[in-house]
Amino acid sequence: MSDPGARVVGSFLPWARVEVAMSLLAVDPQSLRGLWLRGRAGPVRDRVLAALDGLPMPVRRVHPSVADEVLFGGIDLTASLAAGRGVATAGLLATGPALILTMAERCGAGLAVRLGQWLDGQGAGVVVALDEGADGDETAPPALTERLALFLDLDAIGWQETRDIRMNPARLAAARERLPYVTVDHDMVTRMVHLAADLGIVSMRAPLMVLSAARASAAVRGSDKVADTDLQLAASLVYGHRAIRFPEVEDQAPEPPPPPPDGEGDDARSPDPDRLEVPEDMVLEAVRAALPADVLARLAAGRAARSAKGASGTGAARKGNRRGRPLPPRAGAPDGQSRIDPVATLRAAAPWQAVRRALTPGRSGIQIRPSDFRLRRFQETSDRVLIFTVDASGSSALARLAEAKGAVELLLAQAYARRDHVALVAFRGKVAELLLPPTRSLVQTKRRLAGLPGGGGTPLAAGLQMAEEVARLTRSRGMTPTIALLTDGRANVALDGRGDRVTAMAEAQVAARRLSLTGTPALVIDTATRPQAELRALAAVMGATYLPLPRADARRMAAALSGALG
Amino acid sequence: MTAPTISPMMQPFPFSAIVGQEEMKRAMVLTAVDPGIGGVLVFGDRGTGKSTAVRALAALLPPIKAVAGCPVNSASPEAVPDWAEVGDRRMISKPTPVIDLPLGVTEDRVVGALDIERALTRGEKAFEPGLLARANRGYLYIDEVNLLEDHIVDLLLDVAQSGENVVEREGLSIRHPARFVLVGSGNPEEGELRPQLLDRFGLSVDVTSPRDVATRVEVIRRRDAYDREREAFLKKWHGKDAALRKAILAAREALPLLTTPDQVLEDCATLCIALGSDGLRGELTLLRAARALAAFDKAPAVTRTHLRDVAGSALRHRLRRDPLDDAGSGVRVARILDEVLPG
Repeated sequence: MSDPGARVVGSFLPWARVEVAMSLLAVDPQSLRGLWLRGRAGPVRDRVLAALDGLPMPVRRVHPSVADEVLFGGIDLTASLAAGRGVATAGLLATGPALILTMAERCGAGLAVRLGQWLDGQGAGVVVALDEGADGDETAPPALTERLALFLDLDAIGWQETRDIRMNPARLAAARERLPYVTVDHDMVTRMVHLAADLGIVSMRAPLMVLSAARASAAVRGSDKVADTDLQLAASLVYGHRAIRFPEVEDQAPEPPPPPPDGEGDDARSPDPDRLEVPEDMVLEAVRAALPADVLARLAAGRAARSAKGASGTGAARKGNRRGRPLPPRAGAPDGQSRIDPVATLRAAAPWQAVRRALTPGRSGIQIRPSDFRLRRFQETSDRVLIFTVDASGSSALARLAEAKGAVELLLAQAYARRDHVALVAFRGKVAELLLPPTRSLVQTKRRLAGLPGGGGTPLAAGLQMAEEVARLTRSRGMTPTIALLTDGRANVALDGRGDRVTAMAEAQVAARRLSLTGTPALVIDTATRPQAELRALAAVMGATYLPLPRADARRMAAALSGALG
Repeated sequence: MTAPTISPMMQPFPFSAIVGQEEMKRAMVLTAVDPGIGGVLVFGDRGTGKSTAVRALAALLPPIKAVAGCPVNSASPEAVPDWAEVGDRRMISKPTPVIDLPLGVTEDRVVGALDIERALTRGEKAFEPGLLARANRGYLYIDEVNLLEDHIVDLLLDVAQSGENVVEREGLSIRHPARFVLVGSGNPEEGELRPQLLDRFGLSVDVTSPRDVATRVEVIRRRDAYDREREAFLKKWHGKDAALRKAILAAREALPLLTTPDQVLEDCATLCIALGSDGLRGELTLLRAARALAAFDKAPAVTRTHLRDVAGSALRHRLRRDPLDDAGSGVRVARILDEVLPG
């Protein structure tokens, strides 16, 4: 078995890439800052993690719900009580460890940002984010992954292809020693920056990380000068997963994905073809080869979804809900249901210790009396999700849709104080689509709403089913869904896609009844020019408020909605 | 006046070496000239140098004179609050405090709380000052400010407004000055900021990655040089930073001597009315920022040009949001600026 560094370059067999990535990380952890490791738990991943022993720092393993004091330090309650004085713990991060963050896809925005700040600071270590996200939408938060140079996807790697990664300490040490003397040509820097721009990578961290990785690669090879092969390797490890578009190179790509429609706005221009000289092509190919098969497909559609997820899904919102907003603890006796707030209790008891000790000589330790007990209190403030279910069919006319978009944005603009989230389901033709997953970000919403098409039949039942699904999802995240249905009520497409008025209406009735069983509050807005009796009946089945609003403009609609929902 | 001595390894990236981002740099310099402007909000994509700029600013700020042992950095021994048991009352020169307010911070840490150690060991009721105390006369920096928990935002809103931190908890009843420049940064994709908090920031800046490749290359070159040949790089930029610091100090002295023609006041009002910005805070901030800029430019009086230069930063976040208008509020400010106050 040869050393990983030896057959690095040019070969991009999946496992070889993994081995190389690990040796680069071991050589220059300070600049590369870590690894985003996507893949299921299993022997393959264990082999990768075993290689972390080669890093010149202690390896620590934490999970996303780790207490802040453990990571960042704080008061050690047990030690403080034993010692009778405040004892502070330094926290895991103080030792500058290689931190393995398990289930990084569950990592909340708060922790991600604080780890990011730690990584940006002096004397930080390395984060290895283990991301077991089931699909493209479920990933570690971008605030963290942005700061980790390397990315590996293990899903496509079979156990047979792997072997133990041997980290040769002497070799790594030699490479580390050589690292400060490795030079990069100025034009290489320029090329890497160009490449980042061509791939649509906005962040300025990425080109810096590519240069660091290339230097580390040269050092591993035993060279003092970064060569093209080093750049190729570095770009494949650093740029691959960051790319949001792909310049077309000759005919090699069977189906170059179109630039994402909602990408980066103005700077999503197609790259200047003159810029792609030969070395770029090679590097670009390396980057392409580094991409897991599904990523290219995901690039077109999934990037926005991914960041949307990072924005509104896993993170702070849910955590905030479950905990509720902490209220000041109050005095009270523990009754088996309420929870004691130990710190507040100690605080309440503390000032009396001297007196109590004087009163009961011979008793040692802290003396807590029933009057000291403080109970924890939370205020449940469940965020509301307003699910707009909008009829985008031909009968409902494009204008309606435009008004609905306007109303969504208006509501969002006023929503912050009320902690509302907004989701948007549109149904037309044969299907219903979730156009906007629950979010509070106006920026996201605008991007998503920009290209919402209209026309076709009215699959009302499909729309209601989708709304119910979204409602179920949001409820499972601890938020309270409310459905606002905007339609003219002329259902004419059945669930199986046939144009059949009678079936369509019957199915809509069934869907409405199911919705009422889930107890989701709802509001039906009749957008037809004349109020529809049928729709009023449907609203009754749903247990929804019925609101005829012919020719409503966005502002009136938003006002009516805020009024009706309170 | 010498800069606080820090070992080169700990020295942040030099402020003058930041490539481009002129609006952000200017906004930060203006808050250093006149802390009364009320802080800066920097919004932009990841990896555009938001945090780098704040850290750089910290190193750039001129030192302050303060009572050595005072937890709230009092400017004179008489100003030290009663509850603070200050042993060392000498006046020393120390770096302007730039305090980080981490996300996930507890209320106790922000406002201060009962000193548990002293309570446990000596049974005394003593106050342990929080981050707001340490930030007095300095800067309070919140990274990813739009992710800050609501109850902490509520605390900040009040203190940022009144300049005083009032603690009523655990039998403590304490107040101390907490005047600080609020600096926030964030990524708009993570969520919106509450309008009340937005309003507390004097200036706001939107940053984006530089669009042209030559600038981007220069960014990478400088950062790379900083990472790899730190001492030489710092030495190279030391002079520029020192000159900037001097200019800030000179501007602080020039500020009270500056004349403000009535025409400029009128321009301020006209612009704010045309934009329909909420409240009078917009006008006041606009005027203060324009004055600070004029002082920094060594101009004898504030002119319309100064006003035009800072109008975007001072007003962009105060407009009533019109979600149906796709152009950002920055564009609206620029448009109306050209209509009302042609340069």
